[in-house]
Amino acid sequence: MSAWPETLREYNPSWQLPSRGRVGMYCLIGAEAAIFTIFVVAYLFYVGKSVSGPQPKDVLHVPIFYTICLLSSSFTVHAAVRRLAAGNIRAFVRFWLLTILLGVLFLFGTAREWAQLIFHDGLTVSTNLFGTTYYSLVGLHAFHVTMGLLALIMVALFCFTARLRREHTERLEILSMYWHFVDAVWVVVFLVVYVIGM
Amino acid sequence: MSTNTIQLTEFPVSRPLTLRLHGWVTTVDHKRLGLLYVLFALVFLTAGGIEATVMRLQLIRPHNDLVSPQAFNRMFTMHGTTMIFFVAMPLVFGFANYLVPLMIGARDMAFPRLNAFSFWMTALGGLLLYFSFLGGDGLYGGGGAPDVGWFAYAPLTSRTFSVGHSTDFWTLSLLVSGIGSVGTAINIITTILCMRCPGMTLGKMPLLAWLNLTMGGLVVLAVSPLTAAQLMLLVDRYLGGHFFDAQAGGSAVVWMHFFWVFGHPEVYVLAIPAFAIASEIIPVFSRKAIFGYPVMVLATVAIGFVSMSVWAHHMFTIGMTSGANTFFVLSTMAIAVPTGIKIFNWLATMWGGKIRFAAPMMFCIAFLFQFLVAGLTGVTLAAAPFDWQLGNSYYLVAHFHYVIVGAILFAIFGGFYYWFPKVAGKMYNEALAKLHFWLFFLGFHLTFDFMHIPGLLGMPRRIYTYEPGRGWDVWNVIVTIGVFFQAAGVLILAANLLLSYFRGRTAGNDPWDAWTLEWSTSSPPPEYNFAVVPTVRSRRPLWDLKHPEDPDWRYE
Repeated sequence: MSAWPETLREYNPSWQLPSRGRVGMYCLIGAEAAIFTIFVVAYLFYVGKSVSGPQPKDVLHVPIFYTICLLSSSFTVHAAVRRLAAGNIRAFVRFWLLTILLGVLFLFGTAREWAQLIFHDGLTVSTNLFGTTYYSLVGLHAFHVTMGLLALIMVALFCFTARLRREHTERLEILSMYWHFVDAVWVVVFLVVYVIGM
Repeated sequence: MSTNTIQLTEFPVSRPLTLRLHGWVTTVDHKRLGLLYVLFALVFLTAGGIEATVMRLQLIRPHNDLVSPQAFNRMFTMHGTTMIFFVAMPLVFGFANYLVPLMIGARDMAFPRLNAFSFWMTALGGLLLYFSFLGGDGLYGGGGAPDVGWFAYAPLTSRTFSVGHSTDFWTLSLLVSGIGSVGTAINIITTILCMRCPGMTLGKMPLLAWLNLTMGGLVVLAVSPLTAAQLMLLVDRYLGGHFFDAQAGGSAVVWMHFFWVFGHPEVYVLAIPAFAIASEIIPVFSRKAIFGYPVMVLATVAIGFVSMSVWAHHMFTIGMTSGANTFFVLSTMAIAVPTGIKIFNWLATMWGGKIRFAAPMMFCIAFLFQFLVAGLTGVTLAAAPFDWQLGNSYYLVAHFHYVIVGAILFAIFGGFYYWFPKVAGKMYNEALAKLHFWLFFLGFHLTFDFMHIPGLLGMPRRIYTYEPGRGWDVWNVIVTIGVFFQAAGVLILAANLLLSYFRGRTAGNDPWDAWTLEWSTSSPPPEYNFAVVPTVRSRRPLWDLKHPEDPDWRYE
């Protein structure tokens, strides 16, 4: 039993602490950022060090359309959460599904690019150092997009079974922090792979 | 409601063993998970200790053939990996898990289920590592446990030089336990930032909470790179990648950088929680408030920052540019400044105090002295030219064991005795505890003081035997003898904890007349920790409670 007496409870400081979910998500983002940093450093260090072809400039095409898809999904996810905060579930669903669609489009773009590289250009993880670093970095990012999409789809399912309410706004804000992070990482990956790496 | 219904819903006094075990496996309570971490660490301490003993017996005389060179390689790899990842880390996390919520007046961690998940990931990692003794052969007959050293330099880990699955078990084990470590670190940070009881501002937290907050930040930023490096190694081994394959343009040095970017902050991941324990015990046993609280916090955070820019001092011997050498020499020496500040603060806390020489304090005093010596040999090794001579010699091995055993483990032993009455509700046996201290102290100094000398005489680490007549023989005998004193000390600790748990006298809520919140609740604490969530007004809430006429908050 707690021996805490009444005497000290007379002292009533005003008390507010940060949200657990946000702090936890910031920490997770910090950890993920550290992982990506290592992969990005490896990519940059190994640019131009492959001893055999194909080289990036021979086979890579800048995926402008799919990049626009992913980056605009940050705006749609933000818009969706704003609609939920306002209690407008129908508008929320529209923006949320649009976000999922944009994410899926991006993954489709990656899949097409990889299919082209593997079956047409003959570039795999084991072909050369460029293949190793390229598939690892882009693959790690695509894995994070996939995880984010699964979470987004889960929320959509909750919504369709009418379990999603306005009170859940904060949780979706936290989820959208992750999604923004994944988008921001793509900006770095894009710069590293398609601009500096070429 | 009749009394009958109430009796039916209550558990019988002695529940069947299976139910009790089920309770431990499915628990999300921070205190139980903390204990699970510590028990898990003690099991692995036994394994790692046996491996160390095998190595020391092999080295007791020249041309010994107790174990084969191959087995010796496995012993030092398993010993290092076990002690860092499955003894020291779980001990640190166990203490943080158990103590942080109690000391900040919370009822549990921020994410109890993540907490359980993280523990079981660590446990899975440990089991994977040791399963390699059975499964490491694979289909190739490559043989047994990992034998690539605990930092697993390329190209030893490539498929060419490491056939079979032993390296895969090593890398998977660290990958899995790394996920657990980051999960726990996120939990500790979030708990400290978001679960403090009313009135406990950041400046009024116990130092233990501040230091564990720093540790959590370091784990998030330092263990993640290790996870990334393990992913790359897996790509190399399973998908035929070339990250660390020098023949295809890859680089073995990149692995070194990635490993030590984790490896050096890791030292502080272990040391800072040990400082945390000392920072709680020394004031209570000196009967004085901690000296220079804000400076202690600043010094800790400074250590955290600087520790992330010193990693390549592990790599002086590989031949870096002189610019890089200079930078890492200076940054490494700079870390001695905040560390020195901490040592002076602990001394100033003891200065003029009314010191009680109970077991926790004795371990902390030994910690202070040994940590100082470890730091001094650290400064010598930080000088690149000196390191070129003595890197990877037994001098280096003696230095880092001075840190990990002499400083970290001694503080943790102190923590065992300090908080045992709270955890078990029983007092430990002081005579046995002192015997443990003196045996372990003697054994530690026999082993690690004298280990410096063969190092200075040129004995490299990781050799399975040596020629007679190089002046190393007698030192190796002394070093090996020390091991048995240390083992006896640890056995006495185990006996003391067991005996006291079953036979010890009741400890009461606050046997040390201490000042932090964990001593305000019962021993052991109830599942909800505090019936009434406390409100605090100073760094020593229990002092305020016991001395309403002269409370601390008037002066802070």
